[in-house]
Amino acid sequence: MIQTLDLVPVLPEVFVAIAGMALLMLGVFRKEDNTRPISVLTILVLAAAMVLVSSLGADRHLAFNGAFVADRFSGFAKALILLASAMTCAMSLPFLEKEQIGRFEYPVLVLFATLGMMMMVSANDFMSLYLGLELQSLSLYVLAAYHRDNHRATEAGLKYFVLGALASGMLLYGASLLYGFVGTTSFEGLAKVFADGHGHGTAVNFGVIAGLVFVLAGLSFKISAVPFHMWAPDVYEGAPTPVTSFFAVAPKIAAMCLLTRVLTGPFGELADQWRQVVTFLSIASMFVGAFAAIVQSNIKRLMAYSAIGHVGFMLVGIASGSDLGIQGVLIYLAIYLFMNVGVFAVILSMRQKGRMLEGIDDLAGLSKTNPAMAVVMAVLMFSMAGVPPLAGFWGKFYVFMAAIEAHMYTLAILGVLSSVVSAYYYLRIIKVMYFDEAAEAFDRPVGRAMGVVMAVATLVVLAFTFLPGPLVISAKAAAAVLFPAAG
Amino acid sequence: MFEIGLSHYLTVAAIIFTLGVFGIFINRKNIIIIMMSIEMMLLAVNLNLVAFSSYLNDLVGQVFAMFIMTVAAAEAAIGLAIVVIFFRNRGTIAVEEVSQLKG
Repeated sequence: MIQTLDLVPVLPEVFVAIAGMALLMLGVFRKEDNTRPISVLTILVLAAAMVLVSSLGADRHLAFNGAFVADRFSGFAKALILLASAMTCAMSLPFLEKEQIGRFEYPVLVLFATLGMMMMVSANDFMSLYLGLELQSLSLYVLAAYHRDNHRATEAGLKYFVLGALASGMLLYGASLLYGFVGTTSFEGLAKVFADGHGHGTAVNFGVIAGLVFVLAGLSFKISAVPFHMWAPDVYEGAPTPVTSFFAVAPKIAAMCLLTRVLTGPFGELADQWRQVVTFLSIASMFVGAFAAIVQSNIKRLMAYSAIGHVGFMLVGIASGSDLGIQGVLIYLAIYLFMNVGVFAVILSMRQKGRMLEGIDDLAGLSKTNPAMAVVMAVLMFSMAGVPPLAGFWGKFYVFMAAIEAHMYTLAILGVLSSVVSAYYYLRIIKVMYFDEAAEAFDRPVGRAMGVVMAVATLVVLAFTFLPGPLVISAKAAAAVLFPAAG
Repeated sequence: MFEIGLSHYLTVAAIIFTLGVFGIFINRKNIIIIMMSIEMMLLAVNLNLVAFSSYLNDLVGQVFAMFIMTVAAAEAAIGLAIVVIFFRNRGTIAVEEVSQLKG
């Protein structure tokens, strides 16, 4: 008997895939300059996909023989990813037009990368994990080298490609070992084998541990956790700024959610084995992120180290291994999204006489030349540093609380210490803006899209303390899916 | 008589994979060699999967290997395209020249 294919759970992905191909055709066959209409259509597609994702409801659906899962966790992650892609896409358009590198492929590539990320967070099998990851990565390699006449952008693309391909290779080698030693690639199958074999010691042998370590290393590359972070600063600095703003948010969310699902799902029973590795990654990322950022003078490079630091804080939540920790990670990711998008809206507005600026010193005296933008940047920087009552504080609060609940006091203390160190370079930006001699003013107006993004980001960061309910509750529900026994 | 079993396949795959990884890190000459090393890593994985698939009498490994081959082709195309634009900008594909961004 032929099984009928249940495509309802994959409806958002199918829709995005078909829309992406249709937009590609539209761009090829229309003769005029298409960047603007296709960008607008891309944002509309992302919004429609968001509606489709939310219409799926709270139940857990499987598709493609169990290789694809749509549940609350993937729904939460997809909502964040779609929001991040739509916001960065809206911010990119003015930049691309001013730099005269606007081509309709840009939004289409963003759309395909988003599709890959949606597949990643819904992966329930190493095969679908790999395909989603590669669809995302291949689009991102092209986006990094998008400004193809620029030396630095092509170098960024090349470095990203080589190291990304290396990471994919390691992940695959780990997946092949797991397949061989356990006999299945499905997450549920792996979880079942580890749960049954626990105690006998038969299921957990050297091959499984080696496979787990390879998979962890591959995924650490994708979230740019130390010691697999070396590509991030170069790529962030070299890639065109709107691409950097996209890199900093959406792929981070997708890879972090994927890592969470892999560690709590198939490897949930092996928590003792991976906890020390994740703890090490977390501490190393927090400290490298904090200390290496101090000496930076390029703001995009600084944001790369800041992102590495934030990844370290999120890994604290994963290392604690409880539903509380995962809830903290999800809240952190949502807050991180708004902070980063807001900061990049400011960076994209740093432009004098039509020329892009990237130095931290170029922000000097911003409080006098453009007070509104200075306030936005100051609020976001305080939030990134984790100063209460701004949202960034609560992100850190939830993950550190989870670590303390799990009795990982050393990790929590080291985290708070590195957070203090990282506050230095965030505050330095505020000092440059408010107390340094005013440099030449930036071009005005900054444009409607930038203004809206800055306002939204600032409002979310300010309002979260007073209105945490919706986000905290949905993150809790999403995290509970990964711990069926507890709920 | 000497019999070729699973462990031999795994050993060969492990050697090829290691050569691929070292090819990326030790190679100081040419980006094309890096591309070949990446390809070698993926082939080692395929060898692993096919050997396990035959050992376990399970087809999933071979299906996985097919997917990897498809993606590897796309990856090579994109990698070569990036190398071409890099060459157009710099006039060289020596690994030492990939060094404008650092810090």
